[in-house]
Amino acid sequence: MKREHMLPAATLASLLAIWGLVVYLFNVPEYIVPSPLHVARTFTRDFGMIARNLVPTAIESFLGFFVGNLASIVMATVFVHQKTVEQALFPLAIIIRSIPIVAIAPILVLMLGNDMTPKVLIAALICFFPTLVNMVKGLSLVDPQALELMKVLSASKTEIFFKLRLYNSLPYLFAALKIAASASVIGAIVGEWIGSTEGIGALIIQATYNFDTGLLYATIAAAAMFSVLFTALISFIERRVVKWSPEIG
Amino acid sequence: MTDFVSVANVSVRFDSDRGAVTALENVSFEIPRGGFLAILGPSGCGKSTLLRVTSDLITPTEGSVSLFGSSPAEVRRRRDLGFVFQDAALLPWRTARENVELPLEVGNGARLAERARSPEEMLALVGLADWHDSLPHELSGGMRQRVSIARALVTAPKILLMDEPFGSLDEITRDRLNEELLRIWRETQTTVLFVTHSVQEALYLGQQVLVLAPHPGRVREMVEPDLPQERGLEIRDTERFVQQAAHLRALLEPVP
Repeated sequence: MKREHMLPAATLASLLAIWGLVVYLFNVPEYIVPSPLHVARTFTRDFGMIARNLVPTAIESFLGFFVGNLASIVMATVFVHQKTVEQALFPLAIIIRSIPIVAIAPILVLMLGNDMTPKVLIAALICFFPTLVNMVKGLSLVDPQALELMKVLSASKTEIFFKLRLYNSLPYLFAALKIAASASVIGAIVGEWIGSTEGIGALIIQATYNFDTGLLYATIAAAAMFSVLFTALISFIERRVVKWSPEIG
Repeated sequence: MTDFVSVANVSVRFDSDRGAVTALENVSFEIPRGGFLAILGPSGCGKSTLLRVTSDLITPTEGSVSLFGSSPAEVRRRRDLGFVFQDAALLPWRTARENVELPLEVGNGARLAERARSPEEMLALVGLADWHDSLPHELSGGMRQRVSIARALVTAPKILLMDEPFGSLDEITRDRLNEELLRIWRETQTTVLFVTHSVQEALYLGQQVLVLAPHPGRVREMVEPDLPQERGLEIRDTERFVQQAAHLRALLEPVP
């Protein structure tokens, strides 16, 4: 193992050890804080149930991630080509963004019912804004000399978009996608808090009401692991796609 | 007329926050087909503006530009313009070869197939035969500028515009590229307009040197250096060269 991997692993192990020690020494009741060992035991015992509940959450996150980012990429493309549309919509987008997502969630559930749709939409909404802002930046902050070059070459707007702006935006896009990956998981879980019967969010609510702290912590650990893997997947794709930029803007 | 690049009474005025700014005032000159014009002047003399007028990036407020009998816009649409920018302006996600191929991919470049030169040949011409697959960030500043020269020449343009292309390079690299540029110019027989603020570079490269004065940018003098067509870098140490350089330098002094 390399030093850069060993150090954070050692930190994590020490933190778990301190946690366990504190729980043991101060005799903290299990329904307030469980010991790490108890969480690990619950995780293995209830693994099947946790995994079953992770499935809908994962689907909602993926779908929300896809829908939200696709919408923001399309909107950013329109913004860059139609300044009027940008001036009309961008301030509105900022206002909508300032409404806390937990406040919008119940509205969407009331409107759209109790299936996956509102969760996907909440996850999409949470992905939408960071990607929109970054994508607009990436499409417009093009090297002015490269733009002049395209004009000297008599390139059309479409050619400038596909040969210049789109590539230029990729480092910005991936920076946003990495944020969106973990954000979409949060969105899906928040959506499940409101009256859902399955999913990580529902499991968290159930475990809390039952004082089943072992299950609560194990569920949170599963959601965190999924979120980390999702982000790592995006980073992996980024390294395959963006090979040219040693310093990402 | 059709054998000349001729700029007649060109003025360019911009509106800025501090009122109207005159970048070029009544500039006129003429150079023959296949010529090499060095445009020399201090900053603020409008030399880059002059290139932008010639390449249809800016429309002059007054006056006219004729490139072998056609307007800059026509020449641009026919893809008879090559432009080399100060900072190479390579697309960082494209390899050297893909950057050179760009002019053939956009602006109806495919129809140029007959007259276009091969990207491989162009890279060989600028001495980068072994660097086809390198990305710009893997190349040195001088090599990047070589790629951008290859890119400008791939469409076999009639006129090559260069905006201080070697300004940010070290002296050794700059000397070598100056020498190679003359070779490339002779081999391709392209008409070149080359902007610089270096007296040495202007005199060494130019068959003609247009000296501009600043604020507003206007023609100070058109000089035809008395130097042999074929010249190596060592010519810069001859008395003839040194004297003419002193003359050019005197022309750059503020007008009393």
